[in-house]
Amino acid sequence: MLRYALKRFLSLLISLAVASLVIFVVIEVAPGDPASFMLGLNAQPETLAALRSELGLDQSRPERYLEWVGGMLQGDFGTSYTYRTPVTEMIGDRLWVSVPLALYALTLSVVVAFPAGIYAASRRGRAGDIGVMGATQLGVAVPNFWFAMILVLIFSINLRWFSAGGFVGWDKGLFAGLHALTLPAIALALPQAAILARVMRSALLDVMGEDFMRTARAKGLTARQALWRHGLRNALIPVLTIIGLQFSFLLAGSIIIEQVFYLPGLGRLVFQSISARDLIVVESVVMLLVFSVILVNFLVDLAYAAVDPRLRART
Amino acid sequence: MNRNLILGAALTSVFLLAALISFVWTPYDYAGLDIANKLHSPSLAHPMGTDHFGRDILSMIMVGARTSIAVALVAVGIGMGAGVPLGLWAAARRGSLVDEIIMRGNDLVFAFPAIVIAILITAVFGAGAINAIIAIGIFNIPVFARITRGAALSLWQREFILAARVAGKSAARISAEHILPNVANLLIVQGTIQFSLGILAEAGLSYVGLGAQPPVPSWGRMLADAQTMVSIAPHMAMMPGFAIILTVLGLNLMGDGLRDMLDPRLRVART
Repeated sequence: MLRYALKRFLSLLISLAVASLVIFVVIEVAPGDPASFMLGLNAQPETLAALRSELGLDQSRPERYLEWVGGMLQGDFGTSYTYRTPVTEMIGDRLWVSVPLALYALTLSVVVAFPAGIYAASRRGRAGDIGVMGATQLGVAVPNFWFAMILVLIFSINLRWFSAGGFVGWDKGLFAGLHALTLPAIALALPQAAILARVMRSALLDVMGEDFMRTARAKGLTARQALWRHGLRNALIPVLTIIGLQFSFLLAGSIIIEQVFYLPGLGRLVFQSISARDLIVVESVVMLLVFSVILVNFLVDLAYAAVDPRLRART
Repeated sequence: MNRNLILGAALTSVFLLAALISFVWTPYDYAGLDIANKLHSPSLAHPMGTDHFGRDILSMIMVGARTSIAVALVAVGIGMGAGVPLGLWAAARRGSLVDEIIMRGNDLVFAFPAIVIAILITAVFGAGAINAIIAIGIFNIPVFARITRGAALSLWQREFILAARVAGKSAARISAEHILPNVANLLIVQGTIQFSLGILAEAGLSYVGLGAQPPVPSWGRMLADAQTMVSIAPHMAMMPGFAIILTVLGLNLMGDGLRDMLDPRLRVART
Protein backbone atom coordinates (compact mmCIF):
# COMPACT_ATOMS: atom_id res chain seq x y z
CA MET A 1 0.00 0.00 0.00
CA LEU A 2 2.81 2.39 0.91
CA ARG A 3 4.62 1.69 -2.35
CA TYR A 4 1.46 2.25 -4.30
CA ALA A 5 0.78 5.50 -2.47
CA LEU A 6 4.31 6.74 -3.10
CA LYS A 7 4.08 5.88 -6.77
CA ARG A 8 0.78 7.73 -7.11
CA PHE A 9 2.19 10.66 -5.17
CA LEU A 10 5.15 10.90 -7.52
CA SER A 11 2.83 10.93 -10.49
CA LEU A 12 0.77 13.62 -8.74
CA LEU A 13 3.86 15.80 -8.43
CA ILE A 14 4.79 15.28 -12.09
CA SER A 15 1.23 16.10 -13.18
CA LEU A 16 1.26 19.30 -11.13
CA ALA A 17 4.65 20.34 -12.51
CA VAL A 18 3.57 19.76 -16.12
CA ALA A 19 0.19 21.43 -15.56
CA SER A 20 1.82 24.51 -14.07
CA LEU A 21 4.23 24.69 -17.00
CA VAL A 22 1.39 24.43 -19.52
CA ILE A 23 -0.60 27.16 -17.79
CA PHE A 24 2.43 29.43 -17.51
CA VAL A 25 3.38 29.01 -21.17
CA VAL A 26 -0.18 29.61 -22.38
CA ILE A 27 -0.51 32.80 -20.33
CA GLU A 28 2.96 33.91 -21.47
CA VAL A 29 1.99 33.90 -25.13
CA ALA A 30 -0.92 36.22 -24.36
CA PRO A 31 -0.51 39.39 -26.38
CA GLY A 32 -0.08 42.69 -24.58
CA ASP A 33 2.04 43.83 -21.69
CA PRO A 34 0.19 43.94 -18.35
CA ALA A 35 2.16 46.98 -17.26
CA SER A 36 1.22 49.09 -20.29
CA PHE A 37 -2.36 47.84 -19.98
CA MET A 38 -2.50 49.05 -16.38
CA LEU A 39 -0.96 52.44 -17.05
CA GLY A 40 -2.79 53.17 -20.29
CA LEU A 41 -1.54 54.48 -23.62
CA ASN A 42 0.04 57.71 -22.38
CA ALA A 43 2.36 56.17 -19.79
CA GLN A 44 5.89 57.51 -19.51
CA PRO A 45 8.56 54.94 -20.44
CA GLU A 46 10.21 55.41 -17.02
CA THR A 47 6.98 54.75 -15.11
CA LEU A 48 6.38 51.75 -17.31
CA ALA A 49 9.84 50.36 -16.66
CA ALA A 50 9.45 50.94 -12.92
CA LEU A 51 6.14 49.11 -12.85
CA ARG A 52 7.50 46.30 -14.99
CA SER A 53 10.32 45.76 -12.54
CA GLU A 54 7.92 46.03 -9.59
CA LEU A 55 5.75 43.29 -11.11
CA GLY A 56 8.81 41.25 -11.93
CA LEU A 57 8.09 41.46 -15.66
CA ASP A 58 11.68 42.42 -16.50
CA GLN A 59 12.98 39.02 -15.48
CA SER A 60 13.51 36.18 -17.92
CA ARG A 61 10.72 33.66 -18.44
CA PRO A 62 12.35 30.71 -16.66
CA GLU A 63 13.07 32.98 -13.71
CA ARG A 64 9.49 34.13 -13.57
CA TYR A 65 8.17 30.59 -13.84
CA LEU A 66 10.34 29.42 -10.95
CA GLU A 67 9.36 32.44 -8.91
CA TRP A 68 5.67 31.81 -9.57
CA VAL A 69 5.87 28.11 -8.66
CA GLY A 70 8.12 28.79 -5.67
CA GLY A 71 5.72 31.44 -4.44
CA MET A 72 2.73 29.13 -4.81
CA LEU A 73 4.47 26.45 -2.78
CA GLN A 74 4.67 28.99 0.04
CA GLY A 75 1.08 30.09 -0.48
CA ASP A 76 2.05 33.29 -2.29
CA PHE A 77 0.30 33.67 -5.64
CA GLY A 78 1.78 37.08 -6.43
CA THR A 79 0.11 40.49 -6.60
CA SER A 80 -2.92 41.32 -8.71
CA TYR A 81 -2.09 43.72 -11.55
CA THR A 82 -5.36 45.61 -11.22
CA TYR A 83 -6.16 45.60 -7.52
CA ARG A 84 -2.56 45.66 -6.26
CA THR A 85 -3.58 43.23 -3.52
CA PRO A 86 -2.08 39.79 -2.90
CA VAL A 87 -3.79 37.21 -5.13
CA THR A 88 -3.77 34.77 -2.22
CA GLU A 89 -6.09 37.08 -0.26
CA MET A 90 -8.42 37.57 -3.23
CA ILE A 91 -8.63 33.83 -3.85
CA GLY A 92 -9.01 33.11 -0.13
CA ASP A 93 -12.08 35.32 0.12
CA ARG A 94 -13.68 33.71 -2.93
CA LEU A 95 -12.95 30.18 -1.76
CA TRP A 96 -15.33 30.76 1.13
CA VAL A 97 -18.11 30.88 -1.44
CA SER A 98 -16.99 28.39 -4.07
CA VAL A 99 -15.91 25.52 -1.83
CA PRO A 100 -19.02 25.51 0.40
CA LEU A 101 -21.14 25.73 -2.76
CA ALA A 102 -19.42 22.72 -4.32
CA LEU A 103 -19.67 20.71 -1.08
CA TYR A 104 -23.30 21.68 -0.60
CA ALA A 105 -24.09 20.58 -4.15
CA LEU A 106 -22.15 17.34 -3.72
CA THR A 107 -24.07 16.57 -0.52
CA LEU A 108 -27.42 17.28 -2.19
CA SER A 109 -26.46 15.15 -5.14
CA VAL A 110 -25.52 12.19 -2.93
CA VAL A 111 -28.62 12.59 -0.76
CA VAL A 112 -30.87 12.47 -3.81
CA ALA A 113 -28.93 10.00 -5.95
CA PHE A 114 -28.33 7.22 -3.44
CA PRO A 115 -31.97 6.56 -2.53
CA ALA A 116 -33.04 7.04 -6.15
CA GLY A 117 -30.44 4.59 -7.44
CA ILE A 118 -31.13 2.02 -4.73
CA TYR A 119 -34.87 2.30 -5.27
CA ALA A 120 -34.53 1.89 -9.05
CA ALA A 121 -32.22 -1.13 -8.68
CA SER A 122 -34.58 -2.82 -6.23
CA ARG A 123 -37.50 -2.25 -8.62
CA ARG A 124 -35.62 -3.28 -11.73
CA GLY A 125 -37.78 -3.25 -14.86
CA ARG A 126 -40.87 -2.12 -12.97
CA ALA A 127 -42.65 1.22 -13.13
CA GLY A 128 -40.58 2.74 -10.31
CA ASP A 129 -37.33 1.90 -12.09
CA ILE A 130 -38.55 3.23 -15.43
CA GLY A 131 -39.76 6.42 -13.74
CA VAL A 132 -36.45 7.08 -12.00
CA MET A 133 -34.44 6.29 -15.12
CA GLY A 134 -36.62 8.60 -17.22
CA ALA A 135 -36.12 11.38 -14.69
CA THR A 136 -32.35 10.89 -14.74
CA GLN A 137 -32.33 10.96 -18.55
CA LEU A 138 -33.99 14.37 -18.32
CA GLY A 139 -31.72 15.49 -15.48
CA VAL A 140 -28.62 14.82 -17.55
CA ALA A 141 -30.01 16.81 -20.49
CA VAL A 142 -30.90 19.96 -18.56
CA PRO A 143 -28.19 22.65 -18.63
CA ASN A 144 -27.65 23.59 -14.99
CA PHE A 145 -27.51 27.34 -15.61
CA TRP A 146 -30.89 27.17 -17.34
CA PHE A 147 -32.31 25.17 -14.46
CA ALA A 148 -30.89 27.85 -12.16
CA MET A 149 -32.84 30.53 -14.01
CA ILE A 150 -36.03 28.52 -13.71
CA LEU A 151 -35.42 28.07 -9.97
CA VAL A 152 -34.99 31.84 -9.64
CA LEU A 153 -38.20 32.40 -11.58
CA ILE A 154 -40.18 30.05 -9.33
CA PHE A 155 -38.62 30.40 -5.88
CA SER A 156 -37.27 33.94 -5.95
CA ILE A 157 -39.54 35.93 -8.21
CA ASN A 158 -42.86 34.15 -7.73
CA LEU A 159 -42.69 32.58 -4.27
CA ARG A 160 -40.07 34.96 -2.81
CA TRP A 161 -38.56 32.21 -0.66
CA PHE A 162 -34.97 32.90 -1.70
CA SER A 163 -33.10 35.93 -2.97
CA ALA A 164 -32.40 35.90 -6.68
CA GLY A 165 -28.68 36.38 -6.26
CA GLY A 166 -25.77 37.72 -4.28
CA PHE A 167 -24.24 36.35 -1.13
CA VAL A 168 -24.83 37.73 2.37
CA GLY A 169 -21.56 36.46 3.79
CA TRP A 170 -20.92 33.89 6.51
CA ASP A 171 -20.77 36.55 9.24
CA LYS A 172 -24.57 36.76 8.99
CA GLY A 173 -24.66 33.22 10.34
CA LEU A 174 -24.47 29.73 8.98
CA PHE A 175 -28.16 29.55 8.15
CA ALA A 176 -28.19 32.81 6.18
CA GLY A 177 -25.14 31.69 4.24
CA LEU A 178 -26.56 28.26 3.42
CA HIS A 179 -29.90 29.85 2.55
CA ALA A 180 -28.20 32.06 -0.04
CA LEU A 181 -26.38 29.07 -1.52
CA THR A 182 -29.40 26.75 -1.63
CA LEU A 183 -30.73 27.54 -5.11
CA PRO A 184 -27.25 27.56 -6.70
CA ALA A 185 -26.46 24.25 -5.00
CA ILE A 186 -29.69 22.66 -6.23
CA ALA A 187 -29.01 23.82 -9.78
CA LEU A 188 -25.46 22.52 -9.60
CA ALA A 189 -26.50 19.20 -8.06
CA LEU A 190 -29.23 18.26 -10.54
CA PRO A 191 -27.18 16.84 -13.44
CA GLN A 192 -24.66 15.29 -11.02
CA ALA A 193 -27.42 13.60 -9.05
CA ALA A 194 -28.89 12.19 -12.27
CA ILE A 195 -25.54 10.71 -13.31
CA LEU A 196 -24.83 9.39 -9.82
CA ALA A 197 -28.24 7.73 -9.53
CA ARG A 198 -27.64 5.91 -12.82
CA VAL A 199 -24.21 4.74 -11.68
CA MET A 200 -25.59 3.64 -8.32
CA ARG A 201 -28.33 1.64 -10.00
CA SER A 202 -26.09 -0.15 -12.47
CA ALA A 203 -23.42 -0.84 -9.82
CA LEU A 204 -26.06 -2.39 -7.58
CA LEU A 205 -27.49 -4.46 -10.43
CA ASP A 206 -23.98 -5.77 -11.20
CA VAL A 207 -23.45 -6.69 -7.57
CA MET A 208 -26.83 -8.38 -7.28
CA GLY A 209 -25.75 -10.95 -9.86
CA GLU A 210 -22.72 -11.95 -7.80
CA ASP A 211 -22.35 -15.32 -6.07
CA PHE A 212 -21.94 -13.81 -2.61
CA MET A 213 -25.37 -12.24 -2.93
CA ARG A 214 -26.86 -15.62 -3.67
CA THR A 215 -25.00 -17.02 -0.71
CA ALA A 216 -26.39 -14.26 1.47
CA ARG A 217 -29.91 -15.10 0.31
CA ALA A 218 -29.25 -18.83 0.83
CA LYS A 219 -28.19 -18.04 4.39
CA GLY A 220 -31.71 -16.82 4.91
CA LEU A 221 -31.37 -13.06 4.49
CA THR A 222 -34.25 -11.33 2.79
CA ALA A 223 -33.54 -9.54 -0.47
CA ARG A 224 -33.62 -6.25 1.39
CA GLN A 225 -31.19 -7.41 4.09
CA ALA A 226 -28.79 -8.81 1.50
CA LEU A 227 -28.94 -5.55 -0.42
CA TRP A 228 -28.19 -3.41 2.61
CA ARG A 229 -25.57 -5.61 4.24
CA HIS A 230 -23.61 -6.90 1.26
CA GLY A 231 -24.81 -5.29 -1.95
CA LEU A 232 -24.48 -1.64 -1.08
CA ARG A 233 -20.98 -1.90 0.33
CA ASN A 234 -19.67 -3.59 -2.78
CA ALA A 235 -21.49 -1.26 -5.14
CA LEU A 236 -19.86 1.75 -3.52
CA ILE A 237 -16.52 1.32 -5.31
CA PRO A 238 -17.60 2.50 -8.78
CA VAL A 239 -19.86 5.09 -7.14
CA LEU A 240 -16.92 6.53 -5.23
CA THR A 241 -14.91 6.90 -8.44
CA ILE A 242 -17.71 8.80 -10.12
CA ILE A 243 -18.08 11.10 -7.13
CA GLY A 244 -14.38 11.87 -7.42
CA LEU A 245 -14.65 12.55 -11.13
CA GLN A 246 -17.72 14.69 -10.57
CA PHE A 247 -15.76 17.04 -8.40
CA SER A 248 -14.13 18.57 -11.46
CA PHE A 249 -17.54 18.99 -13.09
CA LEU A 250 -18.86 20.60 -9.91
CA LEU A 251 -16.02 23.11 -9.90
CA ALA A 252 -16.45 23.83 -13.58
CA GLY A 253 -20.19 24.07 -13.12
CA SER A 254 -19.88 26.43 -10.18
CA ILE A 255 -17.91 28.85 -12.37
CA ILE A 256 -21.00 29.15 -14.59
CA ILE A 257 -23.62 28.96 -11.82
CA GLU A 258 -21.92 31.81 -9.96
CA GLN A 259 -22.68 33.98 -12.97
CA VAL A 260 -26.39 33.23 -12.73
CA PHE A 261 -26.60 34.11 -9.04
CA TYR A 262 -23.97 36.88 -8.99
CA LEU A 263 -22.07 34.94 -6.32
CA PRO A 264 -18.66 36.36 -5.43
CA GLY A 265 -16.81 33.08 -5.95
CA LEU A 266 -13.79 31.98 -7.97
CA GLY A 267 -15.80 31.99 -11.18
CA ARG A 268 -16.67 35.66 -10.98
CA LEU A 269 -13.11 36.46 -9.96
CA VAL A 270 -11.75 34.75 -13.03
CA PHE A 271 -14.15 36.51 -15.41
CA GLN A 272 -13.44 39.91 -13.89
CA SER A 273 -9.75 39.19 -14.21
CA ILE A 274 -10.09 38.17 -17.86
CA SER A 275 -11.83 41.41 -18.76
CA ALA A 276 -9.31 43.44 -16.75
CA ARG A 277 -6.45 41.40 -18.33
CA ASP A 278 -5.28 40.63 -14.82
CA LEU A 279 -3.50 37.55 -16.08
CA ILE A 280 -1.70 36.66 -12.88
CA VAL A 281 -5.08 36.15 -11.21
CA VAL A 282 -6.36 34.07 -14.14
CA GLU A 283 -3.17 32.01 -14.04
CA SER A 284 -3.45 31.39 -10.30
CA VAL A 285 -7.16 30.55 -10.26
CA VAL A 286 -6.74 28.13 -13.15
CA MET A 287 -3.78 26.50 -11.40
CA LEU A 288 -5.82 26.18 -8.23
CA LEU A 289 -8.74 24.55 -10.09
CA VAL A 290 -6.45 22.12 -11.88
CA PHE A 291 -4.60 21.37 -8.64
CA SER A 292 -7.84 20.51 -6.86
CA VAL A 293 -8.94 18.18 -9.66
CA ILE A 294 -5.59 16.38 -9.67
CA LEU A 295 -5.59 16.17 -5.87
CA VAL A 296 -9.12 14.76 -5.68
CA ASN A 297 -8.28 12.13 -8.30
CA PHE A 298 -5.21 11.19 -6.29
CA LEU A 299 -7.27 10.83 -3.12
CA VAL A 300 -9.89 8.76 -4.94
CA ASP A 301 -7.16 6.47 -6.25
CA LEU A 302 -5.85 6.00 -2.72
CA ALA A 303 -9.31 5.39 -1.30
CA TYR A 304 -9.90 2.93 -4.09
CA ALA A 305 -6.74 1.00 -3.27
CA ALA A 306 -7.59 1.02 0.42
CA VAL A 307 -10.99 -0.51 -0.33
CA ASP A 308 -9.90 -2.94 -3.02
CA PRO A 309 -6.60 -4.77 -2.33
CA ARG A 310 -6.45 -6.15 -5.88
CA LEU A 311 -5.67 -2.68 -7.21
CA ARG A 312 -2.63 -2.42 -4.99
CA ALA A 313 -1.31 -5.75 -6.16
CA ARG A 314 -1.67 -4.86 -9.82
CA THR A 315 0.80 -2.00 -9.82
CA MET B 1 -35.01 -1.25 -33.90
CA ASN B 2 -35.51 -0.13 -30.36
CA ARG B 3 -37.68 2.66 -29.05
CA ASN B 4 -34.84 4.76 -27.63
CA LEU B 5 -33.09 4.83 -30.96
CA ILE B 6 -36.22 5.85 -32.88
CA LEU B 7 -37.24 8.57 -30.44
CA GLY B 8 -33.67 9.84 -30.13
CA ALA B 9 -33.09 9.87 -33.86
CA ALA B 10 -36.41 11.67 -34.39
CA LEU B 11 -35.58 14.41 -31.86
CA THR B 12 -32.08 14.83 -33.24
CA SER B 13 -33.32 15.02 -36.84
CA VAL B 14 -35.75 17.80 -35.94
CA PHE B 15 -32.88 20.01 -34.83
CA LEU B 16 -30.58 18.94 -37.64
CA LEU B 17 -33.34 19.80 -40.10
CA ALA B 18 -34.02 23.12 -38.40
CA ALA B 19 -30.33 23.96 -38.67
CA LEU B 20 -30.19 22.96 -42.33
CA ILE B 21 -33.39 24.78 -43.27
CA SER B 22 -32.12 27.92 -41.54
CA PHE B 23 -29.47 28.24 -44.26
CA VAL B 24 -32.15 28.90 -46.87
CA TRP B 25 -35.19 30.00 -44.89
CA THR B 26 -36.20 31.30 -41.48
CA PRO B 27 -39.65 32.71 -40.62
CA TYR B 28 -38.10 36.14 -40.05
CA ASP B 29 -34.67 37.68 -40.36
CA TYR B 30 -32.98 36.39 -37.20
CA ALA B 31 -31.12 39.65 -36.75
CA GLY B 32 -34.01 41.90 -37.76
CA LEU B 33 -34.93 44.32 -34.96
CA ASP B 34 -38.61 45.13 -34.52
CA ILE B 35 -38.85 47.11 -31.30
CA ALA B 36 -42.60 47.67 -31.73
CA ASN B 37 -43.13 43.92 -31.34
CA LYS B 38 -40.71 43.28 -28.50
CA LEU B 39 -41.27 40.69 -25.75
CA HIS B 40 -44.37 39.19 -27.39
CA SER B 41 -45.48 35.89 -25.94
CA PRO B 42 -45.78 32.97 -28.35
CA SER B 43 -48.49 33.60 -30.95
CA LEU B 44 -49.44 32.51 -34.46
CA ALA B 45 -47.22 35.18 -36.00
CA HIS B 46 -44.31 34.32 -33.70
CA PRO B 47 -44.72 30.69 -32.55
CA MET B 48 -42.00 31.10 -29.91
CA GLY B 49 -42.53 34.80 -29.24
CA THR B 50 -40.09 37.67 -29.65
CA ASP B 51 -37.15 38.87 -27.57
CA HIS B 52 -36.37 42.29 -26.07
CA PHE B 53 -35.39 43.63 -29.50
CA GLY B 54 -38.47 42.18 -31.17
CA ARG B 55 -36.43 39.49 -32.90
CA ASP B 56 -38.29 36.28 -33.74
CA ILE B 57 -37.18 33.60 -31.27
CA LEU B 58 -38.01 30.67 -33.57
CA SER B 59 -35.72 32.10 -36.25
CA MET B 60 -32.95 32.64 -33.71
CA ILE B 61 -33.31 29.10 -32.40
CA MET B 62 -33.07 27.70 -35.92
CA VAL B 63 -29.88 29.64 -36.62
CA GLY B 64 -28.63 28.92 -33.09
CA ALA B 65 -29.00 25.19 -33.80
CA ARG B 66 -26.45 25.73 -36.55
CA THR B 67 -23.92 27.17 -34.08
CA SER B 68 -24.51 24.49 -31.43
CA ILE B 69 -24.35 21.60 -33.87
CA ALA B 70 -21.33 22.97 -35.72
CA VAL B 71 -19.34 23.63 -32.54
CA ALA B 72 -20.18 20.26 -30.98
CA LEU B 73 -19.60 18.33 -34.21
CA VAL B 74 -16.19 19.86 -34.92
CA ALA B 75 -15.20 19.41 -31.27
CA VAL B 76 -16.08 15.69 -31.46
CA GLY B 77 -14.11 15.55 -34.72
CA ILE B 78 -11.05 17.01 -32.98
CA GLY B 79 -11.44 14.61 -30.06
CA MET B 80 -11.77 11.58 -32.35
CA GLY B 81 -9.15 12.74 -34.83
CA ALA B 82 -6.49 13.06 -32.15
CA GLY B 83 -7.77 10.68 -29.48
CA VAL B 84 -8.40 7.56 -31.57
CA PRO B 85 -4.91 7.36 -33.16
CA LEU B 86 -3.34 8.05 -29.77
CA GLY B 87 -5.41 5.30 -28.17
CA LEU B 88 -4.54 2.85 -30.98
CA TRP B 89 -0.87 3.72 -30.70
CA ALA B 90 -0.84 3.29 -26.91
CA ALA B 91 -2.57 -0.09 -27.20
CA ALA B 92 -0.19 -1.31 -29.91
CA ARG B 93 2.80 -0.42 -27.70
CA ARG B 94 1.18 -1.58 -24.48
CA GLY B 95 3.35 -1.12 -21.42
CA SER B 96 6.01 0.83 -23.31
CA LEU B 97 7.18 4.36 -22.64
CA VAL B 98 4.92 5.65 -25.43
CA ASP B 99 1.90 4.05 -23.77
CA GLU B 100 2.87 5.57 -20.43
CA ILE B 101 3.40 9.05 -21.89
CA ILE B 102 0.11 8.98 -23.79
CA MET B 103 -1.87 7.82 -20.78
CA ARG B 104 -0.26 10.29 -18.36
CA GLY B 105 -0.84 13.04 -20.93
CA ASN B 106 -4.48 11.99 -20.97
CA ASP B 107 -4.68 12.22 -17.20
CA LEU B 108 -3.22 15.69 -17.41
CA VAL B 109 -5.77 16.91 -19.96
CA PHE B 110 -8.52 15.38 -17.83
CA ALA B 111 -7.49 17.73 -15.05
CA PHE B 112 -8.49 20.69 -17.23
CA PRO B 113 -12.29 20.87 -17.44
CA ALA B 114 -13.51 22.35 -20.76
CA ILE B 115 -14.44 25.63 -19.10
CA VAL B 116 -10.95 25.97 -17.65
CA ILE B 117 -9.39 25.40 -21.08
CA ALA B 118 -11.84 27.94 -22.48
CA ILE B 119 -10.88 30.45 -19.78
CA LEU B 120 -7.20 30.03 -20.62
CA ILE B 121 -7.77 30.35 -24.36
CA THR B 122 -10.03 33.36 -23.89
CA ALA B 123 -7.55 35.08 -21.60
CA VAL B 124 -5.01 34.81 -24.39
CA PHE B 125 -6.90 35.08 -27.68
CA GLY B 126 -10.25 36.57 -26.68
CA ALA B 127 -13.69 34.94 -26.81
CA GLY B 128 -15.22 33.32 -29.88
CA ALA B 129 -16.91 30.23 -31.30
CA ILE B 130 -13.58 28.89 -32.60
CA ASN B 131 -12.10 29.01 -29.11
CA ALA B 132 -15.11 27.16 -27.74
CA ILE B 133 -14.55 24.48 -30.38
CA ILE B 134 -10.88 24.16 -29.46
CA ALA B 135 -11.64 24.01 -25.73
CA ILE B 136 -14.32 21.33 -26.06
CA GLY B 137 -12.24 19.50 -28.66
CA ILE B 138 -9.16 19.30 -26.42
CA PHE B 139 -11.36 18.10 -23.59
CA ASN B 140 -12.64 15.31 -25.86
CA ILE B 141 -9.22 13.95 -26.82
CA PRO B 142 -8.52 11.90 -23.65
CA VAL B 143 -12.08 10.57 -23.65
CA PHE B 144 -11.59 8.98 -27.06
CA ALA B 145 -7.97 7.98 -26.40
CA ARG B 146 -8.95 6.06 -23.27
CA ILE B 147 -11.93 4.30 -24.72
CA THR B 148 -10.00 3.33 -27.86
CA ARG B 149 -7.03 2.04 -25.89
CA GLY B 150 -9.23 0.05 -23.53
CA ALA B 151 -11.10 -1.68 -26.32
CA ALA B 152 -8.00 -2.17 -28.45
CA LEU B 153 -6.05 -3.80 -25.61
CA SER B 154 -8.47 -6.69 -25.38
CA LEU B 155 -8.57 -7.06 -29.16
CA TRP B 156 -4.78 -7.44 -29.29
CA GLN B 157 -5.18 -10.67 -27.30
CA ARG B 158 -7.46 -12.25 -29.88
CA GLU B 159 -6.51 -15.00 -32.34
CA PHE B 160 -7.29 -13.07 -35.49
CA ILE B 161 -4.81 -10.40 -34.48
CA LEU B 162 -2.24 -13.06 -33.78
CA ALA B 163 -2.90 -14.43 -37.25
CA ALA B 164 -2.35 -10.97 -38.74
CA ARG B 165 0.93 -10.67 -36.86
CA VAL B 166 2.06 -14.07 -38.05
CA ALA B 167 1.24 -12.93 -41.57
CA GLY B 168 3.83 -10.22 -41.06
CA LYS B 169 1.62 -7.15 -40.82
CA SER B 170 3.02 -4.15 -38.97
CA ALA B 171 1.42 -2.88 -35.78
CA ALA B 172 0.25 0.25 -37.58
CA ARG B 173 -1.39 -1.80 -40.32
CA ILE B 174 -3.05 -4.14 -37.85
CA SER B 175 -4.37 -1.13 -35.91
CA ALA B 176 -5.84 0.42 -39.03
CA GLU B 177 -7.14 -2.73 -40.72
CA HIS B 178 -8.26 -4.91 -37.82
CA ILE B 179 -8.46 -2.97 -34.57
CA LEU B 180 -10.12 0.21 -35.81
CA PRO B 181 -13.08 -1.48 -37.56
CA ASN B 182 -13.70 -3.50 -34.41
CA VAL B 183 -13.79 -0.49 -32.09
CA ALA B 184 -15.82 1.64 -34.54
CA ASN B 185 -19.15 0.74 -32.92
CA LEU B 186 -17.92 1.82 -29.55
CA LEU B 187 -16.62 5.07 -31.00
CA ILE B 188 -19.94 5.82 -32.68
CA VAL B 189 -21.77 5.41 -29.38
CA GLN B 190 -19.24 7.51 -27.48
CA GLY B 191 -19.28 10.07 -30.28
CA THR B 192 -23.01 10.53 -29.84
CA ILE B 193 -22.60 11.05 -26.10
CA GLN B 194 -19.72 13.52 -26.54
CA PHE B 195 -21.80 15.33 -29.16
CA SER B 196 -24.55 15.91 -26.61
CA LEU B 197 -22.02 16.96 -23.95
CA GLY B 198 -20.53 19.31 -26.53
CA ILE B 199 -23.88 20.98 -27.07
CA LEU B 200 -24.26 21.49 -23.31
CA ALA B 201 -20.70 22.80 -23.04
CA GLU B 202 -21.15 25.19 -25.96
CA ALA B 203 -24.32 26.55 -24.40
CA GLY B 204 -22.55 27.06 -21.07
CA LEU B 205 -19.54 28.76 -22.62
CA SER B 206 -21.68 31.06 -24.75
CA TYR B 207 -23.82 31.84 -21.73
CA VAL B 208 -20.83 33.17 -19.77
CA GLY B 209 -19.54 34.98 -22.85
CA LEU B 210 -16.67 32.65 -23.74
CA GLY B 211 -18.34 31.18 -26.82
CA ALA B 212 -20.05 32.54 -29.93
CA GLN B 213 -20.07 36.34 -30.06
CA PRO B 214 -22.81 38.63 -31.38
CA PRO B 215 -24.29 38.80 -33.94
CA VAL B 216 -23.98 34.99 -34.31
CA PRO B 217 -27.05 33.61 -32.49
CA SER B 218 -26.39 30.81 -30.07
CA TRP B 219 -28.66 29.09 -27.55
CA GLY B 220 -26.36 29.89 -24.66
CA ARG B 221 -26.24 33.60 -25.47
CA MET B 222 -30.01 33.72 -25.92
CA LEU B 223 -30.25 32.43 -22.35
CA ALA B 224 -27.81 35.06 -21.14
CA ASP B 225 -30.03 37.73 -22.75
CA ALA B 226 -33.09 36.13 -21.23
CA GLN B 227 -31.73 36.18 -17.70
CA THR B 228 -32.56 39.80 -16.95
CA MET B 229 -35.97 39.44 -18.61
CA VAL B 230 -36.97 36.20 -16.96
CA SER B 231 -39.64 37.79 -14.74
CA ILE B 232 -41.39 39.69 -17.54
CA ALA B 233 -40.76 37.39 -20.49
CA PRO B 234 -40.19 33.82 -19.26
CA HIS B 235 -40.63 32.48 -22.81
CA MET B 236 -37.28 34.04 -23.72
CA ALA B 237 -35.63 31.62 -21.30
CA MET B 238 -37.96 28.67 -21.89
CA MET B 239 -37.58 28.33 -25.66
CA PRO B 240 -33.79 28.09 -25.96
CA GLY B 241 -33.76 25.95 -22.81
CA PHE B 242 -36.21 23.47 -24.34
CA ALA B 243 -34.18 23.44 -27.55
CA ILE B 244 -31.03 22.46 -25.63
CA ILE B 245 -32.82 19.88 -23.48
CA LEU B 246 -34.58 18.19 -26.40
CA THR B 247 -31.44 18.06 -28.54
CA VAL B 248 -29.32 16.65 -25.72
CA LEU B 249 -32.07 14.22 -24.73
CA GLY B 250 -32.38 13.09 -28.35
CA LEU B 251 -28.67 12.48 -28.70
CA ASN B 252 -28.46 10.62 -25.38
CA LEU B 253 -31.40 8.38 -26.27
CA MET B 254 -29.83 7.75 -29.65
CA GLY B 255 -26.54 6.85 -27.95
CA ASP B 256 -28.30 4.39 -25.63
CA GLY B 257 -30.23 2.91 -28.53
CA LEU B 258 -27.13 2.58 -30.69
CA ARG B 259 -25.28 0.88 -27.86
CA ASP B 260 -28.06 -1.66 -27.45
CA MET B 261 -28.14 -2.26 -31.19
CA LEU B 262 -24.39 -2.38 -31.86
CA ASP B 263 -23.19 -4.27 -28.81
CA PRO B 264 -23.79 -7.95 -29.53
CA ARG B 265 -23.35 -8.89 -25.87
CA LEU B 266 -26.29 -6.73 -24.84
CA ARG B 267 -28.39 -8.21 -27.61
CA VAL B 268 -27.75 -11.74 -26.35
CA ALA B 269 -28.40 -10.70 -22.77
CA ARG B 270 -31.81 -9.31 -23.66
CA THR B 271 -33.13 -12.30 -25.56
